[in-house]
Amino acid sequence: MTALIIRRLLQAIPVLFIVVSLTFLLVRAAPGNPFSNGKSIRPEIMVQLNQQHDLEGTIWDQYLRYMGKVVRGNLNISTQYLNRSVNEIIAQSLPVSMVLGSVAYFLALLFGITLGGWAAISHERPNDQRIKLFANFSWPIPAPGDRFIMLFALLGISIPIFVLAPLAVILLALNLNLLPAYGWGSPDQIILPALCLSVPFAATIARLTRGSLLEVLKLDFIRTARAKGLSEDAVLFRHALKVAILPIIGYSGPAAAGILTGSIVIETLFGIPGIGQFFVNSASNRDPFMTSGVVLVFSSFLILFNLLADILYFVVDRRVKLE
Amino acid sequence: MTALLSFYRVVRNDRFLIVCAFFLLAVFLLAIWGPRHTGYRYDQISDASLLPPSHHHWFGTDVNGRDLLTRTLFGARISLLVAALGALISLTLGVTYGMISGYAGGRVDNLMMRLVEIIYSLPTLVLVIVMVTTLDNPVASLLHRLGLVELSPRLVLIVAFLGFTEWLTMARIIRGQVLVLKQQPFVQASLALGQSHVRILWKHLLPNLLGLIVVYLTLTVPTIMLDESFMSFLGVGLQEPLASWGTLIANAAFLINPIRLYWWLLLFPAGLMTLTLLALNFLGDGLRDALDPRIKK
Amino acid sequence: MSSAGSEQADRAAGVSGLRFPPTLVLPAFIAGALLLLVVFFYFFGSWTLSEKADLTLCNGDEPQSLDPAVITGQLEGRICLALFEGLTTRNAKGDIIPGMAESWTHTPDGLTYTFHLRPGIKWSNGDPVTAYDFLNSWERVLNPTTASEYAYQLYYLVNGEAYGTGKITDFSQVGVKAPDDHTLVVTLAHPTAYFLELTSFQTLCPVHLPTVKKYGDDWTKPGRMVSNGPYMLKAWRLNDYILLEANPYYWRPVPVHRIKVLPTNNATACFNLFYSKKTDLILDTRSIPSALVQDIKNQPYFHANPFGATSFIRFNVKRKPFDDIRVRKALALALDKQDIVEKITRAGEPVANTLVPPGSAGYTPPQGLVYNPAEARRLLAEAGYPNGQGFPDVELLYPKRGTSEQVATEIQALWQRDLGINTIHLRGQEWKVFLNTQDLIDFDLSISGWIGDYNDPQTFLDMFVTDGGNNQTGWGDPQYDQMLQTSENTADPVKRMQILHDMEKILVEDQVPIIPVYFWVGMSLYYPDKLGGFEPNFVDDHRWGEFYIPGKKP
Repeated sequence: MTALIIRRLLQAIPVLFIVVSLTFLLVRAAPGNPFSNGKSIRPEIMVQLNQQHDLEGTIWDQYLRYMGKVVRGNLNISTQYLNRSVNEIIAQSLPVSMVLGSVAYFLALLFGITLGGWAAISHERPNDQRIKLFANFSWPIPAPGDRFIMLFALLGISIPIFVLAPLAVILLALNLNLLPAYGWGSPDQIILPALCLSVPFAATIARLTRGSLLEVLKLDFIRTARAKGLSEDAVLFRHALKVAILPIIGYSGPAAAGILTGSIVIETLFGIPGIGQFFVNSASNRDPFMTSGVVLVFSSFLILFNLLADILYFVVDRRVKLE
Repeated sequence: MTALLSFYRVVRNDRFLIVCAFFLLAVFLLAIWGPRHTGYRYDQISDASLLPPSHHHWFGTDVNGRDLLTRTLFGARISLLVAALGALISLTLGVTYGMISGYAGGRVDNLMMRLVEIIYSLPTLVLVIVMVTTLDNPVASLLHRLGLVELSPRLVLIVAFLGFTEWLTMARIIRGQVLVLKQQPFVQASLALGQSHVRILWKHLLPNLLGLIVVYLTLTVPTIMLDESFMSFLGVGLQEPLASWGTLIANAAFLINPIRLYWWLLLFPAGLMTLTLLALNFLGDGLRDALDPRIKK
Repeated sequence: MSSAGSEQADRAAGVSGLRFPPTLVLPAFIAGALLLLVVFFYFFGSWTLSEKADLTLCNGDEPQSLDPAVITGQLEGRICLALFEGLTTRNAKGDIIPGMAESWTHTPDGLTYTFHLRPGIKWSNGDPVTAYDFLNSWERVLNPTTASEYAYQLYYLVNGEAYGTGKITDFSQVGVKAPDDHTLVVTLAHPTAYFLELTSFQTLCPVHLPTVKKYGDDWTKPGRMVSNGPYMLKAWRLNDYILLEANPYYWRPVPVHRIKVLPTNNATACFNLFYSKKTDLILDTRSIPSALVQDIKNQPYFHANPFGATSFIRFNVKRKPFDDIRVRKALALALDKQDIVEKITRAGEPVANTLVPPGSAGYTPPQGLVYNPAEARRLLAEAGYPNGQGFPDVELLYPKRGTSEQVATEIQALWQRDLGINTIHLRGQEWKVFLNTQDLIDFDLSISGWIGDYNDPQTFLDMFVTDGGNNQTGWGDPQYDQMLQTSENTADPVKRMQILHDMEKILVEDQVPIIPVYFWVGMSLYYPDKLGGFEPNFVDDHRWGEFYIPGKKP
């Protein structure tokens, strides 16, 4: 496993290098001047602007100077936000996005595993009218059809976030006044955006959980547990779930990528000052430093998260195999 | 071939899946012939701006007074086209890559899978946005020089890049299957008979992969459609007055406000797209369950 | 995404011989969740809880900077003009009133202005504001290393342009002097009727140079910035909000103590905020969803007023077929502008047949070309394209911003309807790319706009001098250029306005390198019983120092 970690970290370096280079070169090579603003700029001013932002010379000169700065940790000054360094902007906005993303992921896990487990149960015991949660507490609500939950889950994947979110805002925030529609700063402002962001992932996790649980429930060791006389719920929650959770860990990588991309939309719609908003603006504003910086952060985060997910999967899988 | 036969059996036996299949067929036919028979052109403006559905305009009109039914059907054409082409690209790429990687095995396989790992960790959609934004003009000039004035550069770019973001999963799945198939006696026999690798890949392995390919195709198409609508929302989608479901939905999403809900602008394209995606997903799931010997009902 | 997962599911299920798995996974999951919550609460601390403000407003977007010498946008200008004040300022109606300067005189030839600064004016840190502050700040603007895009506002000064382009390096040769702490003497290169408007503009505001020297680029951050206007910078969180607090050293009382500025650039979100009463004022027209306008037009909180900005179409007169005046006139005569403002923009924009918006004091515009499709068709046929047949493939370029896409779509269809031309294609580009393309004059037709910098026709008409940076049509006319020169040297306002009138006639009636389409309407949302001091004016310049809350004691 250490081999895996080392390999991944070593791989990360050229990957990040390529990604940042590609982004910088693309943004600089593309038509569009980061400083243009509607009124034409005098040539002498243009020269000065380029000098101020280290953008003089050929693209190669600019690129080499920029990469020199990047390896030293300096992501340069944004051309869009004229007195801010990219480091500063990222330092301010990354924590925000991380909170949003983690809460969304947590909600996705919560709802996804619950719904998926529910679907699996209804598949196994379509006539059972109750679900026992803990020793003495049972849920007196009939388990809905397996297909019904899965339809719900599919809907979650099929409706784009940028349709769901505005509708949710109108319904929950503007009409029913349950939650704030916009902004960031108090805990209740995180609920609606995180919820909207989590929907497609909760849906996928539900599908995964259901499929995986169904398969696990057919395995020998479950039959053994049942034969041993363990209550159905002990079987389910203490044994089957632990193994069934494996694919969900495996899904964490793609989920992180998806949450990252989805957060771009959510942040724009809910006015959350996270890093996703900056990404869209910086690409259209031809801000090479901000765009490259954001892409760098996104990629690093993804690599890290994929690594963690793979480590966790490896560890759990190995332990499972050991038995 | 047996896979395809078992698909047919699966679909035929499940009423729900039959409905899905017919629905998709209907959408497909409507997309091809629909826009010509509605009585309006997709880019035809009028003074009837932002009208709710009426018997003149079954789906209502948009802000430029264009008939939404026509635009939705036209959008079906483009969305299906983009998704199909993108899926085809990702299929070709993924299958070829996976087959070579799995078949070659050993260090080549290792290397190729590591490349997949690397690409997996890139924020691909993010990079696609950067690339579409920045390559728009050069591609436009290229198309001009090739004489393809009618072809939208955006369409080309989006199809190409979306195909490039989705091939990884297909590659992994195919590779896994090829690794299994490689051990099968008929492959070993062919090798022993001295048949060339290409022949083995083409004549023996590929037919056995068809089932898997079809399944993952039906699951890639929805993903690409969603990706395309996502890009439209962010402003890097198709050029007006071309319409895809993605651009129609994005435009409608921008109009959502608490005072007046132009519900028809959102409901019809989003509804149609969601139903199509649902049908595709259900079909794909059903087919995949059919393929997997372990999940027996 | 689902496909990847099932692969793992396949893997998991393929494991054989499982016995009781260790109780690892569930605790690991719980630990992970706890870790997340810890992260959550840690970062919670980095949030700043919503700060209270007396007035919350939506400003349209995040400002690029708050350095008045460097900014170019209207939204940045609004904030800077709340933080800084120049020699003159504007009242709520938009009239020029004394600001830092209490009074001024000028010589009859209009070339020398003497400003007398108000006694007792101070910076927000208590330092007195002196004429040297102005002198040095203007030097900073002109200095090439500052790279101020609006430096040309000071090119009106004697040797201003020479210093700005680096031709001379001795600032004492530039036409501004400070004979003592309270007097500023400005010498202009030629009479500039609107000079007092320029002195109210943000570029000519003074900045506190010791602060700039001490902190460099960081001087605009809260806690460091020193300002002389009605407000000080209390907080600035990027893409989140800006907080302004009344400056106790400002020379008159500031009625609204705290203003919170929201950088929301999503129009629907802005409206939602207003609708749910989280924001009191929406200032920027782009922050109001255009589709909503006709539904809220009659609400008491909706306010619209035309102001000095025009939407127009540029021709590239160097490309066929637009090198033919008849073709240009035909397209101009055939554009049903009423259709566009009624159907697409819907805010009651006046149709524009001239470039200079109505409302410029003392100016009468020419008539321009009025909608006349029959005459248009005749001209087009005469030019060789009867009923639009044979018209070459051309592209209408537009920026992907606001309603431009819908307007472009409509224009394309209108020309098809009235002239039979169906070879006009649309080409939309993002804003920066569009600006670049326009700059390079790499288009056939382009949808453009211009906001006047000050209340005088010159700000519109001097765009089209031959080879001017803002011309971007390839058109030039030596007579036009000559007339502009003459007007600049004419001190008599009546004569000058006549010359400008004749210039515009050349532009919009005779030569037609552009087609004016409509005049912008500035829209704002606020309840009049909750906000006072906001009045419609030609330059759409509403100084925040003029705001007050009716019924509230300052």
